[in-house]
Amino acid sequence: MGRYVLRRLLQLIPVFLGTTFIIYTLVWAIPSDPFAGKCGQRPCPPEYVAKMRADFNLDDNLFVQYVKYLGKLFTGDFGQTFSGVKVGTLIADAYPITIRLAVIALVIEGVIGLVAGVLTGLRKNGFLDNLVLVATLFLISLPVFFTGYVLKVGFGISVSSTAPLGDLIVPGFVLGSLSMAYVARLTRTSIAENRRADFVRTAIAKGLPGSRVVGVHLLRNSVIPVVTFLGTDLGALMGGAIVTEGVFNIHGIGGLVFINIQQQQGVVVTGVVTLLVLVYLAMSLIVDLLYAVLDPRIRYE
Amino acid sequence: MSDPAVVAADEPELEQIVTGKQDKPRSLGSDAWHELRRKPTFLISLILILIVVAMALFPGLFTHVSPTAADLNHARGGPSAQAWFGYDVQGSDVYARAIYGTRASLLVGVFATLGTVLIGGIVGIVAGFYGRWTDSLLARFADIFAGMPFVLGAIVIMLTLNAPGSNPGETRILSQVVFSIAVLSWPVAMRIMRAATLVAKQQDYVKAARGLGAGPLRIIFRHLLPNTVAPVMVYATIALGANIGAEATLAYLGIGLRPPVVSWGVMISDARDYVAAAPHILLFPAAFVSVTVLAFVMLGDAVRDAFDPKSR
Repeated sequence: MGRYVLRRLLQLIPVFLGTTFIIYTLVWAIPSDPFAGKCGQRPCPPEYVAKMRADFNLDDNLFVQYVKYLGKLFTGDFGQTFSGVKVGTLIADAYPITIRLAVIALVIEGVIGLVAGVLTGLRKNGFLDNLVLVATLFLISLPVFFTGYVLKVGFGISVSSTAPLGDLIVPGFVLGSLSMAYVARLTRTSIAENRRADFVRTAIAKGLPGSRVVGVHLLRNSVIPVVTFLGTDLGALMGGAIVTEGVFNIHGIGGLVFINIQQQQGVVVTGVVTLLVLVYLAMSLIVDLLYAVLDPRIRYE
Repeated sequence: MSDPAVVAADEPELEQIVTGKQDKPRSLGSDAWHELRRKPTFLISLILILIVVAMALFPGLFTHVSPTAADLNHARGGPSAQAWFGYDVQGSDVYARAIYGTRASLLVGVFATLGTVLIGGIVGIVAGFYGRWTDSLLARFADIFAGMPFVLGAIVIMLTLNAPGSNPGETRILSQVVFSIAVLSWPVAMRIMRAATLVAKQQDYVKAARGLGAGPLRIIFRHLLPNTVAPVMVYATIALGANIGAEATLAYLGIGLRPPVVSWGVMISDARDYVAAAPHILLFPAAFVSVTVLAFVMLGDAVRDAFDPKSR
């Protein structure tokens, strides 16, 4: 177990380096001068540009720049924007609401998706099954901004950045709607497949009540693909929140990246994406470790 | 009056069932085709897709109004007998624009899917076939792109290729949108292909081919590919729908296709600021996107069920 975790952690390093390097290169490769228009109507004095370039290591080789950035990152310093605001503060301001939104979306999609999946998986081809299948088809084919606008106009919602959890339910529903459809379908397939397994027949033959057969024996064995999906989805929800945040006017991570990439504040963009990638990697590790809890047959060599 | 052709066509099928033995066993493909022909969802989605393709190829058949003609007198006018779907902000006919927008949206969807499947398929089959360190290397490489959130990654790529404020040409931006979608979504196709290859590699016919001295290229193209291509094709159908939605999302954010290109995404992005005053400008192109995505996802679903004997 310990060796498995260690090996997985070691495998994370190249992925982490690769992602941050690609983002860093791309952001600083944007083909225009980041300091153009920073000094109002007149062109910037050469001293200013020279100092800024030196401060942001822009005159170094790309690899040197990247290594310098990484070095700072490992001491917990995300760097600062061109106007001297600490990126750490910016992220700390924007992150909580995005995390709350993503977690709410995850809970909503997990609960509704699992319940719908279990109900339909147990009774294949019934009325409810067809209803849920059609509903998931529609959820998958509606673009997020569309559901967002319809629900926003329908409920007349506006959300402030200090919104209580209750206000985030509708945006969370919008954000999680697509994944909810996937969760429902995954659960349905998985339950339907395991329903005919020997251990379920044994459990029924032992005379266990139906709720226990389904809730413990069947669900625990069927939930592994769903857990995989939910785990890796948290990172995707945070990164994908940009559209939902735009529709509901929430000032979270998505808006932060969008504004800053247009101003070529490479430090901010790299910082946020690095965080999101870390969340994704951490979640996929946690999910892999959860497998053994759900299914004791799984061993880590 | 009984139709002799129908009776004749039915006969061999009956025989197969009665005798249980048949001269020519049905392959998985023709089995799936028999299953599919009877499915209403398959037929509905096929008809919808044919209509959408016809709209992309011959938009003139569906409307005689020019999509770029604009009359500010009609700006934001609601649906009427003249313009079924109303007029947009510039006073152009929303129906005509939606018809003419099909081509760009479908092009992006098709080419992005093609790119995804090609990159993912090649990398997946190589990783699965060679295994060992090639596999780990390629899997980690795929993780890099899988971990990057799609929308954020696309924003970064699109803005790197076009500096803010620049105005690239029509073909250029189209290929850039295709490129960014393909680059960010190939890991899924790669995983599907890799899993299928790992299974097929263990089969006896591959061992036999290897024993007969077949080279890696021959094994991959003659033996592995025909047996691994089905799950990727099913994924491609569903991904095609998703990519059309992705084009709309990118355009909505203002980084995808942009005027003078006419596409559903561009229409949606134009309508963004007028939703409260004139919801029909957003609703109709969004409905076109939804119905098209729905058709492709439904098709993918039906094909997957037909090819998966377990689900029967």
